[in-house]
Amino acid sequence: MTMDLGPHAAFIVTAYAAAVAIVAGLVLWVVLDRRHLTRTLEDVEAQGITRRSRRAGGTS
Amino acid sequence: MPVIAYANPSRFLAITDRVLPWLTAATVLAFAFGISQIYLAPDDYQQGATVKIMFIHVPAAWLGTFAWVLMSAAALGTLVWRHPLADVAAKAAAPIGAAFTLMCLVTGSLWGRPMWGTYWVWDARLTSVLVLFLMYLGVIVLWRTIEEPTQAAKVAAVLTLVGAINIPIIKYSVDWWNTLHQGASVLRLGGSAIHSTILLPLLVMIVAFTLLFLTLHLAAMRNEIMRRRLRTMLLTQADAGA
Repeated sequence: MTMDLGPHAAFIVTAYAAAVAIVAGLVLWVVLDRRHLTRTLEDVEAQGITRRSRRAGGTS
Repeated sequence: MPVIAYANPSRFLAITDRVLPWLTAATVLAFAFGISQIYLAPDDYQQGATVKIMFIHVPAAWLGTFAWVLMSAAALGTLVWRHPLADVAAKAAAPIGAAFTLMCLVTGSLWGRPMWGTYWVWDARLTSVLVLFLMYLGVIVLWRTIEEPTQAAKVAAVLTLVGAINIPIIKYSVDWWNTLHQGASVLRLGGSAIHSTILLPLLVMIVAFTLLFLTLHLAAMRNEIMRRRLRTMLLTQADAGA
């Protein structure tokens, strides 16, 4: 079943496409930033650099 | 346990670690329900199918202003209580608020062309929302320009609180000035001016977008906490090696 969007279908489809692109961009930003930070943290810890609280035996 | 205890970054990470999967699932379910309601919603008697743009434009407008209000509350947390989690909340909200304001501007223009005959007019509502978008960009640039996070937080907090004056201007611009943009139709004295068949999908989409905002904001805050911890580790190591 298809949806009849009338004479202004191009505007409606473009608006939804823009919304999807912006939301996808936000999700990608958060996910890729997380991945980058996790990798960097692993690299830094592999060099023997740790947080002060961890060195002191803390859990946070 | 006092509320302030939940504002501890480590406790925040532990809580959000448990909450985020549920929030993500709730967001997906809300969008699935909202999209099904959009599909079933009738055309408007004046706008026709173009009313479907409102189901994304209105939530985007709501979140564009809501994010700035949230940043303003966080700015008070930064300036009054000097709480680091307030800095983190403000910094994480800025790009998300900017993205939703951009979505509001783009979808509004795409609705305006067939309905008003133009993509853009310099009326008070449209202009004040454009100013909001530019202020978001200004805050993001500030955060990126000033390297020391505590210093950046203070400057960004002042700019955010000054910019908060634009929020009531956006809200009441349609009442104070003669604008092409319509007046309030969802939240207004005397009840909503929208028929229930269109109001229901609109409200569901507002809930879905708000859940999306909360999910993204919490995830971005977790990233920012991780970034600061990483920065502290590297600075401590550099000091030790110096």
